[in-house]
Amino acid sequence: MAAMFQLEQVSHLYNGGDTEQKIALKDVNLAIAPGEFVAVIGHNGSGKSTLAKHLNALLLPTEGQVLVKGMDTKDPEQLWSIRQTAGMVFQNPDNQIVATAVEEDVAFGPENLGVPPADIRRRVEAALKAVDMWEFRQAAPHLLSGGQKQRIAIAGVLAMHPEALILDEPTAMLDPSGRREVMDTVVRLNREEGITVVHITHFMEEAVLASRVIVMNDGQIVLDGVPEEVFSHVTELKALGLDVPQVTELALRLSEHNVKLPPGILTVERMVTELCQLKSKM
Amino acid sequence: MLKDITLGQYVPGDSLLHRLDPRTKIIGSMLYIIALFLLKSWVGYVSITVFSIALVILSALPWRYVLRGIRPIFYIVLFTLVLNFFLTPGEVVWQLGPLKVTAEGIELGIFMGWRLLLLVLTTSLLTLTSSPIALTDGIEYLLRPFKKIGVPAHELAMMMTIALRFIPTLLEETDKIMKAQMARGADFETGNIVQRARGMIPLLVPLFVSAFRRADELATAMEARCYRGGEGRTRLRELQFAGRDWVAMAVSIFVLAFSILDRILS
Repeated sequence: MAAMFQLEQVSHLYNGGDTEQKIALKDVNLAIAPGEFVAVIGHNGSGKSTLAKHLNALLLPTEGQVLVKGMDTKDPEQLWSIRQTAGMVFQNPDNQIVATAVEEDVAFGPENLGVPPADIRRRVEAALKAVDMWEFRQAAPHLLSGGQKQRIAIAGVLAMHPEALILDEPTAMLDPSGRREVMDTVVRLNREEGITVVHITHFMEEAVLASRVIVMNDGQIVLDGVPEEVFSHVTELKALGLDVPQVTELALRLSEHNVKLPPGILTVERMVTELCQLKSKM
Repeated sequence: MLKDITLGQYVPGDSLLHRLDPRTKIIGSMLYIIALFLLKSWVGYVSITVFSIALVILSALPWRYVLRGIRPIFYIVLFTLVLNFFLTPGEVVWQLGPLKVTAEGIELGIFMGWRLLLLVLTTSLLTLTSSPIALTDGIEYLLRPFKKIGVPAHELAMMMTIALRFIPTLLEETDKIMKAQMARGADFETGNIVQRARGMIPLLVPLFVSAFRRADELATAMEARCYRGGEGRTRLRELQFAGRDWVAMAVSIFVLAFSILDRILS
């Protein structure tokens, strides 16, 4: 099966204010399979957002090649097909909602694709139900909470029938309950609808939900693996200015004191099970 | 709260006027305005007044909403009356020093004032019974034939939609910046007009910066959702003329014909 996203030797240079150029991505090789849930973490300026914008041709690689389901992002002919395949949700919920009513906004994408009106109506209904916002279809977006607005933004992408969802720090401006709303929705879409998810975040609790975690630093991928594996590199992550989930750190500290815990404990539940097992062995 | 502002003066409802296609209402209003300025006789004025009252009744709007629209033009009407009373030459009915009130002046003044009242009353029905979105759609459809001569119909409508969408957001932001600046000792309330205008700078600069940033992000988000102008675009809500729209059109044309006749005969 063809990869959803295939990056080959991708580099990206930004033109800084002066003549100086800033390297945002350096020789990145990456393949993401359909149905994967990938979390991309890294501190500010690590290139994670630049990476995300390459996945639907909002940015083009200075060198190398990005393929979305085999379509080259440098090919203008394929541009709209790529953007329909890989939908994107941005950080600021206010600045991506176009229309004055929820259903009108969700309809914006399909309208742009030239979908017939009756079909748009069906897509809007399905998308709003998928993010649990159907009862708000007539509401004015500015009266909704941040989490609700982000769910509308996700519905707006879903109505275009994408195969992948790129989320560029969608939870960064939300309160904890809004964050949970959005993450529940994203996880459900990945598990139930089989939508490929690339989730850019700086919240480790969100990265834990993914099936694969990619750590970026200085425009390069430094760690790539399942969450248990990636988060077992506690010292490396800390050196990069990243946090690990609290339980993971606790597990590490405990094992430093001769409590025999396996590496890569990410959730409190797992920790409890492991500790109980240890206790029963004593 | 600033957040609760309503845009325009749309009063949701389900009357015949509410259900009419926005295009019908826009064209109807235009014909009505032309008719109003063609009328000359008392009979004509009485007829169109009755017609206007019938429209308000059809709209099923409370009278106070409709009359509220007239309040801002009260002084303009008064001014029109006074000006016409004194400045129209003709048979003098009352004189005070150099000021002369003429019979012709009284008639003309009342005509003019009445015309203004009817104009505002009836055209405000348009905005009272149509949502801003419906009006925008209507304008886009009506401007489509003018695309050939370079009128950017779709772009204008998109700009209006985005403006409507962001007015509440920017108002909220203004409120936030104002409070933030006041917390740092900015003063928006005292001083003369120059000082106050200068006081607005710490409010306007961040507001503009943020508006441009928003515009940039919105443009990216629109592109990501495959927006590429009006070409090949479909709409969730297609405007469609119903039987009632044809009837309303016929009525508007009849009103116009009536006023033309009135003009010729008197």
